[in-house]
Amino acid sequence: MSTVLRGFHGGVRLPRSKETLQGTGSRSVALPPLLIYPLQAHVGTPARPVVGVGQKVRRDELLAAPSSYVSQAIHAGTSGVIVEIAARAVIHPGGVTDTCIVLRADGEDRRLTPAPALDLGRATPEGLLARIAEAGIVGMGGAGFPSHVKLREGLLNAVRLLIINAVECEPYIACDECMIRERAADVLLGARILRQALRASQCVIALEDDMQQARAALSRRDLAGAQIVRVPAIYPAGGERQLIRMITGAEVPAHGLPIDAGVVMHNAATAAAVADAVAGGLPLTERLVTVAGAVRTPANLRVRIGTPIAHLLDACGRSAADARVIVGGPMMGTRLIDEPAPVVKTTNCVLRLPAAAEDCTMPCIRCGDCVEVCPAQLQPQALYELARAGDWDGASDLHLFDCIECGACAYVCPSRLPLVHYYRHAKSEIEALELAQRRAAELRSRYEARLRRLAQAGDAAAEAEGQAGSDVDAAPAPAAVPDRAAMRAEIAAAVARTKARRTANTPAAAGEDEDGAR
Amino acid sequence: MQRDADGVASSPHIHSGASVAGVMRRVLAALAPGVMVSAWFLGPGVLLQIGIATVAALAAEAAMLSVRGLAMRPFLFDGTAIVAGVLLGLAMPPLAPWWLASLAAVFAMVVVKHAHGGVGHNLFNPAMAGYALLLVCFPYAMKSWPAPGAEAWAADVLGAVFLVDTAKVDAVSGATALSFVRDGLRGMKMLAELRPGAGASLLGGGAAWVNLAFLGGGLALLAARVIRWQIPAGFIAGLLAVSLLLYLGDAQRHASPLFHLMGGATMLGAFFIATDPVSSPVTPRGRLVFGLLVGAVVVLIRRFGQYPDGVAFAVLLMNAAAPLIDRHTRPRVYGERDTR
Repeated sequence: MSTVLRGFHGGVRLPRSKETLQGTGSRSVALPPLLIYPLQAHVGTPARPVVGVGQKVRRDELLAAPSSYVSQAIHAGTSGVIVEIAARAVIHPGGVTDTCIVLRADGEDRRLTPAPALDLGRATPEGLLARIAEAGIVGMGGAGFPSHVKLREGLLNAVRLLIINAVECEPYIACDECMIRERAADVLLGARILRQALRASQCVIALEDDMQQARAALSRRDLAGAQIVRVPAIYPAGGERQLIRMITGAEVPAHGLPIDAGVVMHNAATAAAVADAVAGGLPLTERLVTVAGAVRTPANLRVRIGTPIAHLLDACGRSAADARVIVGGPMMGTRLIDEPAPVVKTTNCVLRLPAAAEDCTMPCIRCGDCVEVCPAQLQPQALYELARAGDWDGASDLHLFDCIECGACAYVCPSRLPLVHYYRHAKSEIEALELAQRRAAELRSRYEARLRRLAQAGDAAAEAEGQAGSDVDAAPAPAAVPDRAAMRAEIAAAVARTKARRTANTPAAAGEDEDGAR
Repeated sequence: MQRDADGVASSPHIHSGASVAGVMRRVLAALAPGVMVSAWFLGPGVLLQIGIATVAALAAEAAMLSVRGLAMRPFLFDGTAIVAGVLLGLAMPPLAPWWLASLAAVFAMVVVKHAHGGVGHNLFNPAMAGYALLLVCFPYAMKSWPAPGAEAWAADVLGAVFLVDTAKVDAVSGATALSFVRDGLRGMKMLAELRPGAGASLLGGGAAWVNLAFLGGGLALLAARVIRWQIPAGFIAGLLAVSLLLYLGDAQRHASPLFHLMGGATMLGAFFIATDPVSSPVTPRGRLVFGLLVGAVVVLIRRFGQYPDGVAFAVLLMNAAAPLIDRHTRPRVYGERDTR
């Protein structure tokens, strides 16, 4: 029934570094004294706090509500008191701060009464979507896109295929594999709920070839029509676009979304969270996090969302004094500067990697290794030269924005060039430029409208001028009526804003490294 | 905002361990069998020329790094100057005077490499450009190869190379098999008439063994994934296709495809010279096109040109075309409907 799929361009075989964790159980970690909730830890607009400082809350109580269509709800991970709503360090390469709700645990860990389970036999997609939104579920594989938005878009576009992505293609990360072994029934239930919410005719659960135990745990149960597929352990097989290519044979259009290929993809942990929300009435307040690398006891920890990362490292023991802390995998993760930054819903891994030996970068020798491994089939060496030269048009023409920043090119580069760094820098520069151009165009059209108004005013009476002015003012009004196109635009804008935030510090950083290399 | 001293904060945070120096070390290792077989058949002059060219290339590289204010250690020992020196030394007639190889090596490093921006920026293959300079400026000296079977050993070689004792050179020199056949054919002779006189055989002088040794090293490079199959396969296919066409057209007036395959610098060119990454295309399809064209032009120059072998000029010609080839062979990007 399960065959190994083949076929996405490029990719690279990485050391797996997860053998010690595959097959071992998860372990819980003591409740930290403080839980920290950034209001912006997902794609979309920041959540809006609904609690005040000094307020007592119980576990699962709503702390912040979604502020727009693309936003998320945040719930308390334990019982305690809100002590602060202020700027705190968050997971960001530049070590920036963001508004966070800080909860002091009272140690009693009292819960709210869970919401009643929904009857799947009678639940409508709308009811399921509402419950998933209330539970504050976002994509737990790393992107952090609000799950109910993805589902609604899929429902409206009548997608036929739901893919549950359990492909942990980055080294070290083993939390999904562990979660599937321990909660196979919940993953399958979540998949069933998601499929019902989407009205998708097919469901595929994608596992990596070396996840035998997880596969066995799923196969023992009633798959309810879902199909298990195995994908080769080649990075980045778990990338959304690569996995869709392998499973369906079709490609997501370059500037499109998976729904354009008739697919909605959810992470396996997201599916389990959906099962908790719908069948258990529980919001998302806990997840599994792999802690590995230079730690004494690598583990998959059951962690309350909001736990400071330093707390996880304390729990596992730091084994080398001089190490870099990476949140996420070693290929796409974020280097953490402030260990007090908290675990968020997308945090799947915390790594301590020994400090790298001094890397000497050489000029590009055009060996083409990057071309061979690029899963987006780009020309990384050409994009690098264009980004370095500041030729933004040239870089855009060579599809810079199709780069998924997987880092395969930089991993194999014999010249050890920080290629992804250059691409991010170029992207943020181009986005800033486009924003400035849009603003300039808007200003010009306003100015021209004013000139027209003044010209008309010169001919007509003062009342006529007022009339013309109100005509221009009234023009944008029809756009205020929400329609599908506008919602789609809002999603695109939200994704772009989030990406811009993530790379906000790169222009300065690129300049510094350039100087450092000389 | 705090930033760390030990490098870029951007992902990825791990690396495969590949390095430019590592790539060049493997290229040098793969050249070794061919170098030894060449020295066996052509005498110790081969090693002497490689030594002279390598020392001159390193000296010129060091001087240019110093002039340009670049870090000496990483660039001088990245292996690129050594590989260029070895390739140039292999191209030299073993008894050529020392200053010829030195001049070519200095030209290759100073003008072809560093004047264009150093490693990674040269448009042309430095070793071949240096060799081409000598072919153009000193054609007679560059044609004097030891005749097959001539005894040219240590004392003679040192005398010829360092004292520039032309009598010694003339005593042991003769045309290479390639030149012999081409000059003969141009003299309106039939191939059959040439055969008896051409030394031991047309594949004599160990050319076939030298080619087999470079083929072996090249296959090892392919297996180690230092080079990709497209350029060598294209080179050999282009060479065979054109030589076969000529041969089928008039077998009496054109050498056989096998002669082209196993003669001259075919395998050295296909696996070690045309595959220089910096000056060849980078797209997979572009590399195939590049290889095909180089192979085809090699045969045309050997048959219709003035020079002992066509590899250097064929590679240089196609180096100039590499950016154009790259431009027209870009692969389709994921999710895009058409290429451009």
